[in-house]
Amino acid sequence: MTRKQRRLTLIGSGLAVLAIAVGLILGALRQSIVFFNSPSDILEQHVSAGSRIRVGGLVQTGSIERSPDLNIRFEVTDGKSSIPVAYHGIVPDLFREGQGVVIEGKMGPGGVFQADTVLAKHDERYMPKEVVEALKKSGRWQEGEAASK
Amino acid sequence: MIPELGHYALVLALALALVQSVAPIVGVRTRDDALMRLGSSTALVQFGFVAFAFAALVTSYLTSDFSVANVYENSHSLMPTIYKFTSTWGNHEGSMLLWVLILSLFGALVAAFGINLPATLKANVLAVQAWIASAFYLFILFTSNPFLRLANPPFEGRALNPVLQDPGLAIHPPFLYLGYVGFSIAFSFAAAALIEGRIDAAWARFVRPWILVAWMALTLGIAMGSYWAYYELGWGGWWFWDPVENASLMPWLAGTALLHSAVVMEKRNALKIWTILLAVLTFSLSLIGTFLVRSGVLTSVHAFANDPTRGIFILVILVVFIGGALGLFAWRAPLLKQGGLFAPISREGALVLNNLFLTTACLTVLVGTLYPIALEALTGEKISVGAPFFNLTFGPVFIPLLLAMPFGPLLAWKRGDIYGVAQRLMAAGALAILAVAIVLVAQYGRATLAPFGIGLAVFVMGGAVSDMVERTGVFRLPGATARARARGLPRSVWGTAAAHFGIGLTLLGIVCVTHWSDEKIVELKPGESTIVRHYHLTFEGIVPRQGPNYRDQIAKFTVRSGGAVVGEMMPSKRTFVARDMTTTESALMTRGVSQLYISIGDARSDGSIAVRIYYKPLVLLIWLGAVVMAFGGGLSLSDRRLRVGAPKPAARAAMQPAE
Repeated sequence: MTRKQRRLTLIGSGLAVLAIAVGLILGALRQSIVFFNSPSDILEQHVSAGSRIRVGGLVQTGSIERSPDLNIRFEVTDGKSSIPVAYHGIVPDLFREGQGVVIEGKMGPGGVFQADTVLAKHDERYMPKEVVEALKKSGRWQEGEAASK
Repeated sequence: MIPELGHYALVLALALALVQSVAPIVGVRTRDDALMRLGSSTALVQFGFVAFAFAALVTSYLTSDFSVANVYENSHSLMPTIYKFTSTWGNHEGSMLLWVLILSLFGALVAAFGINLPATLKANVLAVQAWIASAFYLFILFTSNPFLRLANPPFEGRALNPVLQDPGLAIHPPFLYLGYVGFSIAFSFAAAALIEGRIDAAWARFVRPWILVAWMALTLGIAMGSYWAYYELGWGGWWFWDPVENASLMPWLAGTALLHSAVVMEKRNALKIWTILLAVLTFSLSLIGTFLVRSGVLTSVHAFANDPTRGIFILVILVVFIGGALGLFAWRAPLLKQGGLFAPISREGALVLNNLFLTTACLTVLVGTLYPIALEALTGEKISVGAPFFNLTFGPVFIPLLLAMPFGPLLAWKRGDIYGVAQRLMAAGALAILAVAIVLVAQYGRATLAPFGIGLAVFVMGGAVSDMVERTGVFRLPGATARARARGLPRSVWGTAAAHFGIGLTLLGIVCVTHWSDEKIVELKPGESTIVRHYHLTFEGIVPRQGPNYRDQIAKFTVRSGGAVVGEMMPSKRTFVARDMTTTESALMTRGVSQLYISIGDARSDGSIAVRIYYKPLVLLIWLGAVVMAFGGGLSLSDRRLRVGAPKPAARAAMQPAE
C-alpha cells in the first residue's frame, strides 16, 4: 500500500469507530436517560405510568408509615403539592421526616410512586441540588436555609 | 503565627512561579544559559515553599487550632489523630493545597532528575509547569485561602464529615491527585515541544516515565476510591458512574492511550502529532475533572462547598489552558515532521487500534457526564444519565478492545503476521472457549452474557501468559535457556504482560460480581437466622460501643458454613456526636477473594433490625486486578532503558530540526 492508502485506511477506520460510538450514544440517550421532576410537575403534567423519573423534595412530616417486611410508605412534598411513595428495602441513614430526598422509580397505578432508589443527603449541611430546585420552583425556598440547618 | 507563615510561603511560591513562567523562555530565546537554568532552581525552592505551607496547615489541624476557619469547619478535638491529619485534604481549600503541593513536587522532580534533558526542552517544560502552578496559586490565594482566621475562635470544631472519616480517604485523594497532576508533566512536555517546533523519539523516552508514574497513581487512586465507596456507602456497589467517578476515569482512559502511543513514538518515531494531542487532552481531562468536582456544578460527597466565584475561576483556568494548548497545537503541529510508515497489521497498527477504542470509550464517558450539565444550562431541563447509558455505550466499545488486546504484544513492529499470532494464541483461545462452554452448561438459561464475559477474561489473561511463554520459550527450550531468556527480557515486556493480565483479573471480578452476587434484605429479631448462598447467619443482638468521637450500635452476627462457625461480623450504626449524624458501617468477611457483606438499617422498637446481606463472589479481583496493573506499570518503570535514559550522543543524533 502507498502512504496515501495507509493514511486513508487509518482515517477510515477511525471514522467508522467514531460513527458507531455516536450511534450508540444517541441510541442510549433515547433509551436510558431519566428526567427529573418536582412533585408539582408530576401532578400538573400527569407523567405517564411506566417511564422512569426522578423526584426531589422533602419527606412530609408525619407521613412515614412502616409496615412489616421492610415496606415503607411516605409522601414527598415541595411545599405546594405532595405525592405518595412506596418503597421496599432499607432507607438511607439521613432519611427522616422533613429531610430532603431524591427518589427514582416509576409512577404506579393509583398515583402511588413506586421508588426503587431512595437517596438522602450525604451531609446534614447541604441539600441535594435537585431538592433545592424543586423547592425554589414552588417558592418555598429561602436562601441560606440549608446553611442554617 | 504558623498559619500566617503558611500563607506567606504560598505567596512567595506564587512569586517564584511567576518568575519561572517567564525567565526560562526568555533564556531559550536569547540563548542565555543562566536564565534557562534559573527554572530548575525556582522549581526546587517553589516546592520547598508549598511544602512549608502544607506543613503549616497540617500543624494547625494536628494542634486543633480552631482560630483557623478551615480547621474549625472540618476538625474536632476528639477526632483520632489520623483523621485530624487527613482532614487537611478532606475539604475544598485543603485539597486544593494538596493539588498544588503535588504540582510543585512534580516540577521539582523534573528539575532534579531531568539531567539528561536537552537544556532548552527542560527550560520550556519548567516554564509551562510554572504557568499551571501560577494559575492555581492565584486560585487558592483569591478564592480558597485555607489560612483564614476567625475573629472569635470557638472552643470546638464542627468535625469532618463522618463519611470521610475512614482510612480509605487517607490515601485515596493523594493518589488520585498524583495521577491527575502527574499528567501535567506530559502536558508541559507537549507544550514545550510545540513551542520548540520539533519533536523526536527521544522526547517520548523522556516523557514516558512521567506518564507511567501518573498512570500508576491514578490506577491505584481510582481502585481505592471504588473500594471505599463499596464498603463505606453501604450499597454494595463498586462503581456508580457518578460524574465524580467519571471525572477520574476519563483521564485514566486518555492516559492509558497516551502511554501506548508514546511507545509507538519512542520505538518507531511515528504517531508524533497524535501523541502530542493526547498529552494535551489527558491533562485537559484532569482539569475538567478538577472543575467538575471543585466548582459545585455537581452534588456529591466530593463537592465540599458551592461558591460560584470558585467555579468561574476554575472555568477560566480551564478555558485558558485547554484553549491555549489546542490553539498552540493548531498553530505549531504542522511544523512537526511526519513519522515512519507501518502496515495496518503490525504492532503499531494494534496500538493505533488501542488508541482508537480508548479515546472513543473516553468520548462516551465524556458525553454521558457533560450532557446533563449542558442540557440543564441550555434548556433548564434536568435529567440524570446513569449506569444503563454507560452499559450501552462504554461496554460495546471496550469489548473489541479487550478482544484485540492479546494480539498486540505478539505482533511484530512494522509488518506483522496475524496468522502466526493467532496460532500462538491458540492455547489461550481454546481455554477461553472451554470456559465459555463450562459456564454455559452450568448456568444454562440463567445468565446469557456472563459466560462470554468469563471467556473474554480468560482470553485476556491467557493471552498475557502466552506472550511470556512465547518470549521465554519455557515449554520449547531447556529450562536453563528459558530462564536465561526470561532474565534477558526487558522489564517493560514483563510490565506489559502483568498490566494486561491485571485487566483480565478485573474483568473476571466484574463479570462474577455482576452476574452471581446474591442479595437478601430481611428483618431479623435477635436469635433469628437467615441463609445466603452457603452461609448461615445468626443475628445475636445489638451491643453498644463507645468510640473516640462516636457511639456505635453494633449488630453481632455469627456466620456458619456447613455447621462450623467461620467467624463473627459486626456491622454498625455509628452516631457522630459532633454533627449528630449517623453513618452505616458495613461489615465484610473475606473468604478467598469473595466477600460476605452486611449492612444494617435502623433498629425497631421490638429489637428487630433490617439487614441487607450480600454475597459477592470474586469481588476482590476487581481491585486486585488494578493493583496488578499498577505493579506492571512499576515493572515497566524500573526498566533499565527508562532509568538510565537515552545515551546522550544517540539522542542528539536523533534530533531533527523542524522543516
